[in-house]
Amino acid sequence: MKPLQRIHGWGRYPIIEAEVNAPLVVSGVKSAVANFLTGGMIARGLGRSYGDSSLAKCVIDTRYLNHLLDFDKNTGIVTCNAGISLADILEVFVPLGWFLPVTPGTKHITVGGAVSSDVHGKNHHVSGCFCDFVEHIELLVSPDNVLLCSNTSHSELFHATCGGMGLTGIILSVSFRLKPVSSAYIDQKTIKAVNLTEALELFEQNYASTYSVAWIDCLATGSSLGRSLLMIGEHATDHTLSSPAKHPIIVPVEMPSSLLNRYSIQLFNTLYYNRITKKEVANTVHYEPFFYPLDGIQQWNRLYGKNGFTQYQFVIPKEAGQEGMTKIVKEIAASGKGSFLAVLKVFGKQNDNLLSFPLAGYTLALDFKIEEGLFPLLDRLDSMVLDYGGRIYLTKDVRMSERTFKQSYPRWEQFQAVREQNGTKGIFASYQSRRLGLDR
Amino acid sequence: MKKILIIGATSAIAEATAQRFAKEGASLYLLARNEERLASLAADLKIRGASSASYALLDVNDRVRYEDVLKEVIKTLGTIDVALVAHGTLGDQKACEDDVDRALLEFETNAVSTIALLTRLSNLLEKQHGGTIAVISSVAGDRGRPSNYVYGTAKAAITTFCEGLQARMFRSGVHVLIIKPGMVATPMTEGLSMPGLLVAEPDQIAADIVRAIEKKTDTLYTPWFWKYIMAGIIHLPSAVFKKVNL
Repeated sequence: MKPLQRIHGWGRYPIIEAEVNAPLVVSGVKSAVANFLTGGMIARGLGRSYGDSSLAKCVIDTRYLNHLLDFDKNTGIVTCNAGISLADILEVFVPLGWFLPVTPGTKHITVGGAVSSDVHGKNHHVSGCFCDFVEHIELLVSPDNVLLCSNTSHSELFHATCGGMGLTGIILSVSFRLKPVSSAYIDQKTIKAVNLTEALELFEQNYASTYSVAWIDCLATGSSLGRSLLMIGEHATDHTLSSPAKHPIIVPVEMPSSLLNRYSIQLFNTLYYNRITKKEVANTVHYEPFFYPLDGIQQWNRLYGKNGFTQYQFVIPKEAGQEGMTKIVKEIAASGKGSFLAVLKVFGKQNDNLLSFPLAGYTLALDFKIEEGLFPLLDRLDSMVLDYGGRIYLTKDVRMSERTFKQSYPRWEQFQAVREQNGTKGIFASYQSRRLGLDR
Repeated sequence: MKKILIIGATSAIAEATAQRFAKEGASLYLLARNEERLASLAADLKIRGASSASYALLDVNDRVRYEDVLKEVIKTLGTIDVALVAHGTLGDQKACEDDVDRALLEFETNAVSTIALLTRLSNLLEKQHGGTIAVISSVAGDRGRPSNYVYGTAKAAITTFCEGLQARMFRSGVHVLIIKPGMVATPMTEGLSMPGLLVAEPDQIAADIVRAIEKKTDTLYTPWFWKYIMAGIIHLPSAVFKKVNL
């Protein structure tokens, strides 16, 4: 047996020891899976899910399955190994005039991870999730059984795998549609919202914009509760497809977690909110700072210190919107926890993928460093989210209870049935799937 | 359009370098042992912009095949603008200490085969009166260290061999580049515990290699800071060197 490696998710909590196998070819995946059959294994890409969804005693690391396999320049359909990163896809295809149909807030995730999390981006309200652009996937359900899954072939398995957190097998390759663009730049507009009510109104007023997202100050209280900067964007049409050279900075070591406290974050938030003085500012920016502001700081997860952090992201249905959001943001502001990286977004309607997170409503994501008193606060937030008929994003989650999960993801039984039919239950399992009662 | 031959083409550094050449529209010929990986790499390079990407199987320890394989390469590419020699294995140092055959096999793969290949390649490029031979050696060859001196010995042999070759080939206009990467996160080093801040990604190394080929650099330490780290290590008095376990 190879020596165990210490691994963790992006939140650096928890840290576990695992046997990691990183195959170079598909036949290598098959033998790795055959080797791990008794242990319970999970696929892992670039380790960017925040919590414990890519953690297991046995891990198939897909980072080296990173080749482009086919590209049709008429349709924009690209086929690639599951371990290739979105960064790599952008690097190759933006100069050719193609962009990701959907992208989350980091480009350092694998395409396989994008499918397993059914990731969403700033255009969810008009475009849906990443998997809505997937033509088909090759899924290994056992060493001698690889299935081509799509909307029309093995469609149940397809809808279980899209957003299925790797629990239905190992995704070997993905074929998905890129979208044509004529520029690497984004025409951006930043609008100031003095409080939460105005922020939600602005989302509705700008519903037709391709991209929209808001940074929200979760520590502001009273009449400023939920003050935000709403950013909307459209692909520019200036025919500039080249990109400037980039020089990311790096957080070299774990920072003392005491650096991030109520006062330092309040100070940051006030400065950030007041960085624009006008009600509205328009400019054109490269896609990198628009979509991936934090990718400019490598290893920013070390800012939260040695105990790590978690990101809490929930969605509540639109009917509950104003009232529910206010109540939850009040609770967070009163706790004095919460952080400077809080993001508010409006979602479009949910898709057919069984464990996909988005549903028509509002979502809020914010980071908390792991400290005493945090989990009880998050439990209180969970029950409010449940009351309003919302749910928590599995890709960020590290502590949700089985009861909360099963209540808020009502299609979980269907999901289990598909896993049982295909014999993948218990074979592909993570710390998360065990915690949520999907595996023992 | 550049014509590029890569030996050990499926190593992570070689792949990243090939992808950079592909972006410029190069024609590539890939040699390695793993056919499955070679096939998907060739597809990948074509999508990234390579004019062509051919490949053939070669185990570098099968030296009798060199002549035929290189004939085929010349038939396909015509001339060679860049030959990148990138194959290698990082054997288990401890196992090499207990097993003579294992130690010698490491030397065979990392040094003897390279010397044999370079001898043939240098004669080919000498006749062309131009081109670059780029060879991946290692900082490990700068001073024998207890943690990897079998590997280091082979890399030292390559470095010395290439220094001589540099002086010889200079007369016929052929550039010989000695590449000395430090610690790189690749399948070869998977699972080794390395100091995070010093570890580079293969693409950083590839960018440096492409630049060094353009600038006709003689010796490339990559990333750059290894030049200073190794200067420090080389100049440590041996009384001290023996005590610190590097």
